[in-house]
Amino acid sequence: MMEPPSAPGKVDFSDPKFAIRRRARRLTDHGARWAIGMGGVSVIIAIMLIFLYLLTEVMPLFSGASMHREAYYAVPAEDGDGATALLAMEEQAEVGLRVTEKGNAVFFNTRTGDIIKQESVRIPEGRTVTSFASGTPTSGLFAFGLSDGSVVVLRHDYKITYPDDKRLITPLLKYPFGEDPLLVSQTGKSLANLTIRDGDTSLMLAGSTADGKLEVMRFKKEENFITEEIMLKPEPVELPSVSGEITSILIDIRQEWMFVGSGKQQLNVYNLRDPGGGLHSQIDLTDGTSVSTIDYLLGGISLLVGEDNGQVSQWFLVRDEANQWQLQKIRSFEKTADQVIQIETEQRRKGFAVAGNDGAVSIYNATAQRTVLTQQVTDSKIKRVAMSPRANALLVLDDKQQLGFWRVENEHPEISWSVLWGKVWYESYEEPDYVWQSSASSNDFEPKLSLMPLTFGTLKAAFYAMLLAAPLAICGAIFTAYFMAPTMRRKVKPVVELMEALPTVILGFLAGLWLAPFVEHNLPGIFSLLVLTPVAIVLMSFVWVQLPARIRLAVPDGWEAALLIPVIIVTAWFCLGMSETIEAAFFNGDMRTWLNLEMGIDFDQRNALIVGLAMGFAVIPTIFSIAEDAIFSVPKHLSNGSLALGATPWQTLMRVVLLTASPGIFSAVMIGFGRAVGETMIVLMATGNTPIMDWNIFEGMRTLAANIATEMPESEVGSTHFRVLFLAAFVLFMFTFVVNTVAEIVRQRLRIRYGSL
Amino acid sequence: MRVSVSEWLKSGTPWVWLNAGAVAISLIMVIGLLGLIAVRGLEHFWPAQVLQAKTVAPDNSTYVVAGEVVESEMVSAVQLRSSGVQLADDIDFAERYLLKVGNRDITGSDFTWVLKRDLKEPAYPEEIIVIERREWGNFYGYLDSVSKDGQIITGSDQVWQAFQDVIDRALGIHDDIYDVEKSEIGGINSRFERLRLRERGYEIRNNGTAEDFADIAARRAELDAEYEALQVRLTELYNAFNRDSISVRTANGKIIEINLSKVVRAYQPNAMGLIDKIGFYFSKLWEFVADDPREANTEGGIFPAIYGTVMMVIIMSIFVTPFGVVAAVYLREYAKQGVLTRTIRIAVNNLAGVPSIVYGVFGLGFFIYFLGGHIDNLFFVEAKPAPTFGTPGLLWASLTLALLTVPVVIVATEEGLSRIPRSIREGSLALGATKWETLWRVILPMSSPAMMTGLILAVARAAGEVAPLMLVGVVKLAPSLPLDGNYPYLHLDQKFMHLGFHIYDVGFQSPNVEAARPLVYATALLLVAVIAVLNLTSVTIRNHLREKYKALEV
Repeated sequence: MMEPPSAPGKVDFSDPKFAIRRRARRLTDHGARWAIGMGGVSVIIAIMLIFLYLLTEVMPLFSGASMHREAYYAVPAEDGDGATALLAMEEQAEVGLRVTEKGNAVFFNTRTGDIIKQESVRIPEGRTVTSFASGTPTSGLFAFGLSDGSVVVLRHDYKITYPDDKRLITPLLKYPFGEDPLLVSQTGKSLANLTIRDGDTSLMLAGSTADGKLEVMRFKKEENFITEEIMLKPEPVELPSVSGEITSILIDIRQEWMFVGSGKQQLNVYNLRDPGGGLHSQIDLTDGTSVSTIDYLLGGISLLVGEDNGQVSQWFLVRDEANQWQLQKIRSFEKTADQVIQIETEQRRKGFAVAGNDGAVSIYNATAQRTVLTQQVTDSKIKRVAMSPRANALLVLDDKQQLGFWRVENEHPEISWSVLWGKVWYESYEEPDYVWQSSASSNDFEPKLSLMPLTFGTLKAAFYAMLLAAPLAICGAIFTAYFMAPTMRRKVKPVVELMEALPTVILGFLAGLWLAPFVEHNLPGIFSLLVLTPVAIVLMSFVWVQLPARIRLAVPDGWEAALLIPVIIVTAWFCLGMSETIEAAFFNGDMRTWLNLEMGIDFDQRNALIVGLAMGFAVIPTIFSIAEDAIFSVPKHLSNGSLALGATPWQTLMRVVLLTASPGIFSAVMIGFGRAVGETMIVLMATGNTPIMDWNIFEGMRTLAANIATEMPESEVGSTHFRVLFLAAFVLFMFTFVVNTVAEIVRQRLRIRYGSL
Repeated sequence: MRVSVSEWLKSGTPWVWLNAGAVAISLIMVIGLLGLIAVRGLEHFWPAQVLQAKTVAPDNSTYVVAGEVVESEMVSAVQLRSSGVQLADDIDFAERYLLKVGNRDITGSDFTWVLKRDLKEPAYPEEIIVIERREWGNFYGYLDSVSKDGQIITGSDQVWQAFQDVIDRALGIHDDIYDVEKSEIGGINSRFERLRLRERGYEIRNNGTAEDFADIAARRAELDAEYEALQVRLTELYNAFNRDSISVRTANGKIIEINLSKVVRAYQPNAMGLIDKIGFYFSKLWEFVADDPREANTEGGIFPAIYGTVMMVIIMSIFVTPFGVVAAVYLREYAKQGVLTRTIRIAVNNLAGVPSIVYGVFGLGFFIYFLGGHIDNLFFVEAKPAPTFGTPGLLWASLTLALLTVPVVIVATEEGLSRIPRSIREGSLALGATKWETLWRVILPMSSPAMMTGLILAVARAAGEVAPLMLVGVVKLAPSLPLDGNYPYLHLDQKFMHLGFHIYDVGFQSPNVEAARPLVYATALLLVAVIAVLNLTSVTIRNHLREKYKALEV
């Protein structure tokens, strides 16, 4: 209902009612301007937020470690209980253990130094302690060598209970193989350089006698089925002795190899599995300086050798060209002290701490070859250090008989630039390599976090996709924008938009479940298709111009694409139909086997060719739309001028239109490339996701994006692996950011230029 | 020859045609792909004829196979010979069939390859039946007898009818059991959980009075009683459910007993007429869109996935529309062309170009662990240590996708705004309207179809996106729907199923990929159809809009 138009009365605009209304309107208008302005800027905020958030998740990877002292107290000790032979902590770093050379074990509170429990090792009468050995820190084993050549083996263990909902840690001293000493020396002489290595099936103990003889005993573990008690069956191992004074003995984790240090710098390698029991090789560990300490890194594969000049290096056995195991120096670490006093290894990671003679402790990571931290811990000399199992605390015993308890913040020591992007010589590998292998079942696994194979896979996938997509999309765009009849163009563009909207999960699923077996089955057909289709198109174009005008003129200009559809379908049908015949004629009936046997090319069913086809399909519409837009918006007077001067349409296109539109086409290709790099589902479904580095089109790859999708859900929050995956996402983000920004700037410039033309 | 080769080359015609070829190839690829999905997706529901034939086992004993021909292919003789098949020397190729023989409980696998040559006396016996079961996949064979309430029915005439009767009865009971288990017991469990949280809340805050605890105990007793009653009812239902059974015989003569509680559907495909088959087709189609999945998602329907996708898309739209529209309005109506607008445009392009998996990582880290973690600490302390919002879920998935689809809305809205003639704005301003009034009363209503287009495109994009969802909330099998009858009805914290992820999961993570494949094609078809419809709608709206604005400009 409209009110009848009233007579134009007098409106008083200075009426306060109007003034209020005007004010309200102005306020609303201003408010809206602000709100909408904020809305516009929030797009920038969103992209900045993604950037900054990814960055904050990644940064801790590269920030160093720190440590600070929480307590400093006198060594908890009895009078005259001897020098400290072992320092250790339990899981929570609340209880410490100090074992003396005389066989006294003191458990103490690490924050206060209060003694919790004290126990003397039970040693049969008439014998004295002559030597000491500690097993791997993880096992908690340690052993005393007695004067009659026998050994008492002990383990420190902790029981955790929760009385009144509070954690109570009760330390225990156990005799895992019984309280009776195990006889190691067959001659009954006391042993020096005692070493212990415990395994699933046997325990090994070894030492050297004063006359330089090696005494090695393997105790096979036999479980009594009824009592489930473990019985030890001793088996002596005869080894030839070495020249020079024996300084240390080490046995590897599989009890296959024994390393005996002798003299200043010589290391004698014994192969324990060799029936001859022979000396395998002898190696000089240093260039003249003497070795001060040798210890195993976590996992019992790598040896860490500390020298008198402060140098620490990592060694392990590598198979050489002649298939012989050779102990090789893998890497040296940065020198932080003049002399190495002790190397203390971490129990969960391939890291270690080095105590130097100048009162400083340096924390290293072996794989990353990185010095994480060097910290002065005392102004006197360090006697011993102990690292807690979680590597978050350090006990330092100094010359003043004082213990310092240090907190260590060292979350991600295993990451360095060289680990991520360089070749790294991993344990048990024959040479340095790029490897991505982020997790394994075992605890002492060395994570291999090289982003190179993933980046390579990403670029490989994108490259093969672009190989298909760029020519098809650009040629298609040229034809659609410049030659195609408007009616057909109106039909083609929605189809391309639909192509762009197709979910990649569908493309990936078809590629993996339908295309991959299909291509494998029709390999010769696919390749002949690649060759024959252009030939058929050119042939058709020649035949067409030869046709009488009556037929030619029946089809208006700009409908060539429609004419070609049946031609291409027939060609495809022909090629695929001939596939088996070609295969039978040239490839012994099976091209896949032929490639493998005759050409030595590995063939995976889900390979780069499939990814190239499927991802090419996904990228075509992106490139097509932008390129078509760029070509179509080239001002018409430019091409008209060229045509008027007598150039053919093709000449006009090549010399005028494409030249003008080339920045637009460039930005189209860039954006397409960015999309191919970040595509996840297609790669995830259409390849085997193996992180290999090989350009072979018949093998798969693993891309950054697919890697994130597979590993992120299983990654522990805040762990190094988790952050490395964030780093992968950050790399992807930055890459596409650069590509898209450049492409957008090019397009903005182009738009301005078109405007000025 | 009318045109010489050199002339033809010089004119550039072959190049033009090659360019045309690129368009043609692209078109063939799109249409071929859509056709492939359509054919594979639709044929799955059609009841295939069951072939029965004698064949020879590798140890030369003969046996009978019965199954549907799923695929046939030509294999080169070389490959066959290398796998130990004896073939005459003059044969180059042999045809082989992939038969779906079912009976996984007996043979261990649903599918078998047979050479056509080895199939002797092929026939399509009318009496052969196919039984869809709740476990072990399909059964192919013959019906011997039906045990109905202890009474054995045999004889070819009554036995089929009796079988149909007991199936109908069992399905009815199955529905009852489903109702009791899902809605009633599910409801009780959810109330139990809320009571537990309330109690825990009192304990944490230390503010519970004795009455509060008594109230909780009383309610709990009440629920316990209800639960007991339902348990009794459920036991009765299960007893009734397990009453009947049938005795069936495989084509090879092995007799097995199948309890009716395991039977979903039985039919005789070789005896069906066209009308029957069409009816069957649509009933299967309905099952597909309306039922829950069975057998590790390889059988049954995909209803929860459709439901989850729709829910996510709706919540996403609520976030994305205002954000996208405001940004577009700013760019087109308010911003002065300058560095800021150019930066915003670069940001929009980057938002569009950042790989979707990066959004997933961002969503997981920022929304879930950061925002969700804080929300849990503030509001859901009593549920701890179990996370409520600090774990992937519907809300976070929707937010992540909203961020991902913002550029789509911005670009489409901007296009619509740019096509509104200047004269209309100027007219409104000249009449004294403020800029905001012009925008609110004139421009936005006129450009609403453009916003609609943007939203539709965003929805299409979100419906098909999978990679980020894998990190922020999608699961292969959700125990309950995100919107149901239990308080608080809309479960934003719950994980959900999604069509796109369903395709990935069933097609690639399923234990029985071969059996699941038709279902994957059908799901893909549904997804593609939805997205195609959405896209074509948006194209239509846009074209319509362009015409309208062109008319306005005159």
